[in-house]
Amino acid sequence: MSLALDLFTVVAVVLGAFFFLAGTVGLLRFPDSLSRLHALTKADNLGLGLIVLGLLPQATSLLGVLKLVAIWGLVQLSGATVAQVVASAIRRRQDPPS
Amino acid sequence: MTVLDLLDTGLAVLVLAVAAWTIVARSNFAAVIGFMTYGLLLSLVWARIAALDVAITEAAIGSGVTGLLLIGAAVRLRALEKSDTAGQVGGLGRVGAAVLSVLVVVALAAVFLSAEGQGPSLAPEAARHLPQFGLGNPITAVLMAYRAIDTMLEKVVLILAVIGVWSLAPDGAWGGAPANLSLAEPDPALVYLARVLPPFGIVVSIYIAWVGASEPGGAFQGGALLAAMALVVLMARLAPAPEVGRLWLRLVIVSGPVTFLAVGLLGFAIATGFLAYPTAYAKALILFIEAFMVLSIAAMLPLLVLGPPKVPGGRA
Repeated sequence: MSLALDLFTVVAVVLGAFFFLAGTVGLLRFPDSLSRLHALTKADNLGLGLIVLGLLPQATSLLGVLKLVAIWGLVQLSGATVAQVVASAIRRRQDPPS
Repeated sequence: MTVLDLLDTGLAVLVLAVAAWTIVARSNFAAVIGFMTYGLLLSLVWARIAALDVAITEAAIGSGVTGLLLIGAAVRLRALEKSDTAGQVGGLGRVGAAVLSVLVVVALAAVFLSAEGQGPSLAPEAARHLPQFGLGNPITAVLMAYRAIDTMLEKVVLILAVIGVWSLAPDGAWGGAPANLSLAEPDPALVYLARVLPPFGIVVSIYIAWVGASEPGGAFQGGALLAAMALVVLMARLAPAPEVGRLWLRLVIVSGPVTFLAVGLLGFAIATGFLAYPTAYAKALILFIEAFMVLSIAAMLPLLVLGPPKVPGGRA
């Protein structure tokens, strides 16, 4: 059982790391700011989600599980907000209100 | 070389690279973003050498609040940056500063590497007396008991900094409110965040301050987080910046150091002297002081970011 859980952790964290890598490649390679932002937020949300999911079986207490899930939720919230704010700043710069 | 060694080496290289990038960055704003990234990486370094208290402080103060202060400075200096290069340090000055910095690093590294063995350490002594205070976290014991006077004076310095910022106010605005943090209308997404996040942030900051007695955390980290919540609310303009002449604001600001001083003086009556705690109530007294310190810090850090009063107040 413990081996299966460890295996699950390794697979999920590696998958999560892959999404971070993909997001970073997107950040570096995509042509304009909005696409770069898109790559970053989507990949990071999924990447962190998978890493947190992978770490859940390793938590030693229920409180630890709750903390991990709370971290994921808070990063989702702040990440989504920052993406919106940056995107609207880019938009304002592209077509300034007359 | 294990995987962790590789990670540590990579982290060290990354920290140095970001530091170098911050120095050579063309615009002030980019340099500030570099500095904040540098702070976050540095907090990972602190976490790697098991200094979790420092890691939390570095992330909250070194990167978060200081970053916000510097962003404000960069925005204010933007006009100057484009028009005027007269105030900038010339080539010789830069080379001189670089040479001095490298000399200091080399000297420090030489001293560190030439030290035989572990060197003198007060860590075992600090850990040995922990049960006396009912604390589990040696850092809190150092801050609140062994070196209590340093921590108290640190907060007094923060008050002086706030007064220094306030004293930049034009005559008419004295006692009034600082200007809004953002010039533009706040983004709806930011307003939403400022409505949703503070309840969670308040719970987490109280937790961090409370758990500091036995685990990494403490009044400064908790207060900084509470300050961040206040700043999010101020940036979203859900609440106006407070008038600096208000009595309640000034009471909150001094509450931490005043409580510290009062308990310290009480030490003459109930313990062995100034800032000494009776063994039976040591933990309770320390947490009592820390509770007011959290309030003070949470009020002072946003006031430093807000800057001097700009709008004339209702009363002078």
